[in-house]
Amino acid sequence: MIEMQDVWKTYTDGSHALRGVSVRIEKDEFVYLVGPSGAGKSTFMKLIYREEVPTKGQISVNGFNIGKLKHRKIPFVRRNIGVIFQDFRLLPKMTVYENVAFAMEVIEAPKKVIKRRVPEVLELVGLKHKVNSLPAQLSGGEQQRIAIARAIVNNPSVIVADEPTGNLDPETSWGIMKLLEEINYRGTTIVMATHNKDIVNTIRRRVIAIEHGHIVRDVVRGDYGYDN
Amino acid sequence: MTINTVTRHIREGGKSIFRNGWMSIASISSIVISLFILGVFILLSFNLNTLTKQIDSQVQIRVFLQLNTTKEQMELLQTDIGNMAEVSKVTPISKAEGMKLLQQSLGEDGKELLKGYTEKTNPLPDSMTVDVYNPDTVPMVAKKIQALNDTNSEKPIWQVKYGKGTVEKLFKITEAIRNGGLILVAGLAVTAMFLIANTIKVTIMARQREIGIMKLVGATNSFIRWPFFIEGMLIGLLGSVITLGILFVGYHQLILVSQNGMQFIQLIPLQELWLLLTGLLVVLGVLIGVWGSTLSIRKFLKV
Ligand SMILES: Nc1ncnc2c1ncn2[C@@H]1O[C@H](COP(=O)(O)OP(=O)(O)OP(=O)(O)O)[C@@H](O)[C@H]1O
Ligand SMILES: [Mg+2]
Repeated sequence: MIEMQDVWKTYTDGSHALRGVSVRIEKDEFVYLVGPSGAGKSTFMKLIYREEVPTKGQISVNGFNIGKLKHRKIPFVRRNIGVIFQDFRLLPKMTVYENVAFAMEVIEAPKKVIKRRVPEVLELVGLKHKVNSLPAQLSGGEQQRIAIARAIVNNPSVIVADEPTGNLDPETSWGIMKLLEEINYRGTTIVMATHNKDIVNTIRRRVIAIEHGHIVRDVVRGDYGYDN
Repeated sequence: MTINTVTRHIREGGKSIFRNGWMSIASISSIVISLFILGVFILLSFNLNTLTKQIDSQVQIRVFLQLNTTKEQMELLQTDIGNMAEVSKVTPISKAEGMKLLQQSLGEDGKELLKGYTEKTNPLPDSMTVDVYNPDTVPMVAKKIQALNDTNSEKPIWQVKYGKGTVEKLFKITEAIRNGGLILVAGLAVTAMFLIANTIKVTIMARQREIGIMKLVGATNSFIRWPFFIEGMLIGLLGSVITLGILFVGYHQLILVSQNGMQFIQLIPLQELWLLLTGLLVVLGVLIGVWGSTLSIRKFLKV
């Protein structure tokens, strides 16, 4: 569960990214974040995975007060949050298998568990046959599936996806959405920022619209609401 | 930390030494240079120390008497000198004994040279050797002996001799080498440390992406730091091992040469030195490496 209470974020250069955001996202929810460029969507998500701290206000994720978190504790809270970006952020010199296993090694999971779990998630994202490929040998959609596999491999309770289909053609984007729906169906909260009107209007979910750092709309089965 | 994690860190640290290629070679070389010079200074000062001690124990005062000195005078002097607090032993050497000693020291050539001298024509004066407890007092005791002439109307002492200055010089040389060496080595060690810091910096820069992902998926800071720390340590260790190899082989050769050619210089055998040298250089090498990597980690790895 994610909860924000009157959250403000002013960057050091003085730009106000968020101005008094209050919101509550329940476990199992699938939420679209929409709004014009520069509205504050990425900032909203960075606050969730503690890349940034709020200038004012409170955020709690799974009961942890994220803004007041001790530095030592950040890694442990992050293990419960999977992050996906539009540029995939895979390690180019590692194979598909290694890229996913890396996320488990880093949190010191036992080798046995890694060996069992990695094929499992690769199967889920439909890329089990590509375990030994390098990212450069894969299509954009396949690369994003690997990134998703990496994000879910440690069983996070929340997935934060910042324009996950931003670099993909429409057809591939649908594939990725199917996958995210599947993950959400299995009980993972998903917060996804997007500019994709078709997706938001077709796969109807809760829509939170942000403009100039304010939440201007929050509808349970909303639509995109902007002309692209 | 699990065994898996430990091996992972060591593997990663080792890998990036290879990946950094020339940077690593430069770092290792700079460690080798500073440790090598340190090693040479250590070996030199140990050997000089033993040499000084050997010479120390040989430092005696020789007192030569006038040719016409009587037996009584000689005995009187012997007691006077023997009574000095600094003196441990006085050994009288008669003309005849002096001749024998001279012959011995000249060897085969001496026999020929000294053939003409008989008991009567022996040109050598009577003499005494004086041993002191503390080599530092040699010059002072020599002066005191010379001063005995002042209270004796017959002025029986012709000459007082000792290895003037050799001991002092050796002491000074050893000390100068030690001090100069230390300054030089300290300077080189700092250079080596900065080179290592730079190498680690390159590793960190090259792995920003990896580090970013590590942070995102919840790696702890110490997990992120360890490989860089180990990289520095390995560079230090490699540097010290290479240095030890060079030093041991070189010193061994030197011992062989000295055994063949210059028997009068006794080098300390390697068996007595290797452990100390190994311990010291490995510890120092690793410390320099760790120091360098810590600098870099603090500055460039904002974890
Ligand atoms: N690190 C930063 N330092 C300073 N200002 C920033 C920083 N990150 C974002 N901003 C500013 O904060 C505001 C919100 O940015 P944010 O990235 O959250 O927008 P966004 O809604 O994700 O936009 P887009 O749809 O283009 O990705 C913008 O005005 C942006 O310039
Ligand atoms: Mg954004």
